[in-house]
Order: sequence, then structure tokens, then C-alpha cells
Amino acid sequence: MSAASHLAIAPIVIPALAAPIALLVMRRRRWLGVGIGFASCLAMLAAALILLVAAGDGTIRTYELGEWPAPFGIVLVVDRLSAIMLTLAASLSLIALTHAVITRADRKGWHFHSLFQFQMMGLNGAFLTGDLFNLFVFFEVLLIASYGLMLHGQGPARLKAGVQYVIVNIVGSSLFLIALGLLYALTGTLNMADMGLRVAAIAPDDQSLLRVAALLLSSVFALKAAIVPLHLWLPRTYAVSSPAVAALFAIMTKVGVYAMIRVIPQVFGDDAGAAAWVPAPYLLPAAIVTAIVGFAGVFVARELSEQAAYAVIGSTGTLMIAVAGWQQDTLGAAIYYLVHSTFAGAALFLVADIVARRRASYADRAVPGPMFQQRQLLALLFMGAAIAATGLPPLSGFIGKLLILRSVTDVAGWGWAWGAILGTTLIGVIGFARTGSAIFWKEAEASAGYQPPPVSSADLTAPIMALALLAGLSAGAGPVTDYGTAAAEQVLDRAATARAVLGGR
Amino acid sequence: MTLEFLVASAIGVLVAGGIYLSLRARTFQVVLGLTLFSYAVNLFLFASGRLTIDRPPILQKGVTDYADPLPQALVLTAIVITFGMTALAVVLSLRSFLETGSDQVDGNECAGDQDDCSDVTAEPHG
Repeated sequence: MSAASHLAIAPIVIPALAAPIALLVMRRRRWLGVGIGFASCLAMLAAALILLVAAGDGTIRTYELGEWPAPFGIVLVVDRLSAIMLTLAASLSLIALTHAVITRADRKGWHFHSLFQFQMMGLNGAFLTGDLFNLFVFFEVLLIASYGLMLHGQGPARLKAGVQYVIVNIVGSSLFLIALGLLYALTGTLNMADMGLRVAAIAPDDQSLLRVAALLLSSVFALKAAIVPLHLWLPRTYAVSSPAVAALFAIMTKVGVYAMIRVIPQVFGDDAGAAAWVPAPYLLPAAIVTAIVGFAGVFVARELSEQAAYAVIGSTGTLMIAVAGWQQDTLGAAIYYLVHSTFAGAALFLVADIVARRRASYADRAVPGPMFQQRQLLALLFMGAAIAATGLPPLSGFIGKLLILRSVTDVAGWGWAWGAILGTTLIGVIGFARTGSAIFWKEAEASAGYQPPPVSSADLTAPIMALALLAGLSAGAGPVTDYGTAAAEQVLDRAATARAVLGGR
Repeated sequence: MTLEFLVASAIGVLVAGGIYLSLRARTFQVVLGLTLFSYAVNLFLFASGRLTIDRPPILQKGVTDYADPLPQALVLTAIVITFGMTALAVVLSLRSFLETGSDQVDGNECAGDQDDCSDVTAEPHG
């Protein structure tokens, strides 16, 4: 194997090395630990970009760990979709880390940087692996790191939400294992491509078990993606997490969506007999309700961070409406919107934080408060993030929603999808306008003893980075959608993936 | 009684108990429930390689029937992970109890007429 072929595993190895090194040097020299964190994120971004360019030619690269041939060994698969997700994760990690360091959120407890790197390792691993059990392991890696990050800084509210978050996810992981056990018992393999070939040959008696496994697995992914009715864990968890962490968590729900896009066509695709597309009919209604619940939450939320958490749910719903079409152009639109909504969610959490930092005891509650530092600039940033989250022009959310609306027209029930997307956009716009006007337009008399905290403007960096990426995403919408559509084609072409992963076997 | 029936009913009972306890309001019961549930999952994973008796799990000369070794490796991974998660859940529940003064999962002190709420005030606090 040449050095270049080892690049596929770099996004896993880099954070896996950076995390323990950061742990070791942190006690003596803080700045060195921080530097390692940034260097690792930059290296991950570089590796992801190289893979993104390499995957652009349409070949599916595989990396067999320990050179054990698939399906016996664990195999990593780099195709266009994986490369997009890796790049997305690495860019988001840079934004979140920048914000954590500037706002000193990383100093509120031990080991922030190690946990952050382990979180990245779990994310990258989940995006790369072609093995279902390995996917479970990387899910656990990212979850365990996320428990640490979510509780970072502690406090009663965070602990309370943390207990619920951990319990919900342990149950989810157990269900994941049951689905895996069923699938292994039925097919005798854990390699996704191989499983996709073998489900066709399952005995008729076992078809019902296969359907159970398919639905169980989809439920687990839906839990991670926070799709109604499995969304209840998200708002509280995200709203109480420290904002830099919440910004990184914006990609966590997308991991669930990614897993669905990866596994359902590959394993439960056209050839799967009675289990072919079993989860599909449930997804569109669930997605529509998710979008409505999410944006209704945006409408009624009383704090900016809570509003951002509901916006994440709503955007996942919109995203799933597109995914549930399971056609090349709906998936292509979904991939573009996935990238957009991740950055938009992160931008909302970051803006909520910089507002809260300037308003002292008023925090990010949507009530009029006394005048605060840089109010006009912050109002502009909030407007940008809100425009992105609701999908108004000129930012990329508008293009994303337009693509989704155009592509779903040949899916059954598209009228509902149109109604949901357009209706929720309106509700979202009203919701953001309401909180925005309360915070940025109205002014209340300062109560006695109120002292606005002096804050340096350095903390504007991360939100501006996120908004700049969103602007870039709308400026470069042409190439990105082309890439996304090509990625969707690759995902749906199960035979090509199987050939690439299993070779001549 | 066959081996299959025994294992299947054991898994079923564990899952039932685990789910019931996981839905309780207090963290101690929930942790116990999660433990039972993960036992059930581990047994289930183990059984997914079919139930065989007295078969070697590794290659040997002159042996044609094997026990599937892969589920055993999977179970090992699953045990390690669930054990770690249970430990985390215990520590977190304890910490949450000490910090918020409540061992209810939703953090609310004795809301309404829950029967297992009666002895909250009698709980020793350090």
C-alpha cells in the first residue's frame, strides 16, 4: 500500500492521536493543548478536502484494516457522500473549537480538548465505515465523547438534562445491538455491501424477522436524528449545553440522517424482497410532523438557545422530507440541504451565545433588556442566522428548500411536503422575527445595579465564520449541488458499491 | 424444555423487566433497568450465532462443525461498552442527585401523586 492510500484512515487516526497527546500536555502547557486541538482540526480538514477532490472522479476507494479482505475484515469506504460529510465535520469542528477557545468555554472543566477530538474521531469513523457493527462502535465513541462535552462545565440544569440524554442514548444503543444481532443471524455478515447482496437470498420464513430488523435499525437512526416521535431528548440537551458544544452537536442529528441514507438503500434496497424499502412509508409522514413540531417550537421558544435547538429539529424534518423520496434528485437536494442546515444550526447557537454574553442577567431570553454592546452588529448576525435557518434568500437555505421543493414533485404525497415546507418557513420567519424584535428593537429600563459586562469583540469570529461559509455555500451552489447529486447517484447504485467493496468476490 | 426455549424466555423476561424499570421515575431504578436490558441484549447477540453445544469456536483439524466465533467477539465489545455506559449512568445519577437534591429522572421533586415519591424527604443527604 502506498502512503496515499492510507489517507482514507487519516480522519480517524488524526483525532485519535491528538486526543491523548492533548490530555498529556494540557496540565503543563495549556496553549500547547489548544494548539494541538487546532492543528488536528486543520489536518482533518486538509485530509477531508483531499479525499473530497479524490472522490470527485466517481471511484469508490476502500481501505481494508489490517489488509483483511472484506467481508471478513472491517473496511472503510470513501465515496462522494463520505467525503462531503468528512469535510462538513472538519469545517464545523474548526468553528466550534474557535468559539470554545475565544469564549473560554474550554477552561470551565478538564479535558475539553481531548473529548472534542474523540468526538471528531467518532464522527469521522461513522462517516467512513462500511461495516455495520463498526458503525455501532463509532456511534458509541461519538456518544461517549458527547456525554463528556455536554456535561462540560456542569451545573444542575446540565446534569439534569445529561441524565436524560445518557439514558435515552443507552436505550437507543441497546436497540441498535438487537437490530444488529437480528441482521447477523439472518445474513451471517456485518459488512453493509455484503449484507445488501445476501438479504435477497433470505428464506421466506425469515422475511418477517428481516422487516423487524429494518424497522428497528431505522428507529435507532431516527432517534439519533431526532425525528418525531423520537425528538424529545433534543431541545433540552442542546439548549443547556455550552454553546460551542451545541454548535458541534448540530452535526449529531445529521449523523442519524447520514446513517439512513447509507444503510437503507444499501441493505434494504430494491432486492431485499419483503423487506425492500420497509422503513420508507413511515419516513415522509414522520418528516412532515418533525418539520412542523420543530418550527412550532421555534415559534413558541422563549430563549434563543431553545429556539436554535428547535430549529435543528425543524431543519432535520425538512431534510428528511427530501430524503424520504429516495430518488437521485431528492437525495441530491437533501445532501445540499444537509450541509446548509448543519452550518445554519451552528450559527444560531453561536449567535445566541454572543447575545447572552452581552446581556448579563437577561441572557438570551426573548425579553427587552437594556442597551448592550454592539447591538446593531449582533442584530445583523442574528438576522443572517435566522435567514439561513428559515430558508430565505440570499443565503443557501433558500436554494436548499427550492431544490427540495422542485425534486419532491414526483414523490407520492408531495402536496403534503410542499405544504409542510412552505408553512413551516412562514412559522419560522414569524418566530425569529418575534424574538429578534424583542431583543434587538425594544429597550427596557436598566434595573438598579445592572452592569453590562465588558466583552471583547473577538467572540464574533466564530458566528461570522459560520455565516461566511453559508454565503460561500450559496455562491458555490452550482458545483455543490452537482457534487451532491453525483453523491446521491453513487449511494443509490448498490451494485457499484458492492463491486468496489467486495472486489471480485 | 429445550435450550432455545430457555434462552429465549430468559431474554424475554430480562427485556420486560428492563423496559419496565427504565420507565420508572427514579434514577436508581432506571439504572437497574438499563442493566437488565443490556444483559438481555448481550444474551441475544450471543444467540444470534445460533445455539450450539460442545463445538470449538476455532479451526481445528478434523472438525467440521464450529460455534460461530464472531458473535462472541461482538458480545465482548458490547459488554465492555454497556459496562462503561452503566458506570457513567451511575456516576451521573449520583452527581445529579447531589447537585439538584432530587433523584427523579425529570428532575422534578415529587410531582403529583407518585407512590415512590413518599420517602424523598427521608433520603439521607451526605
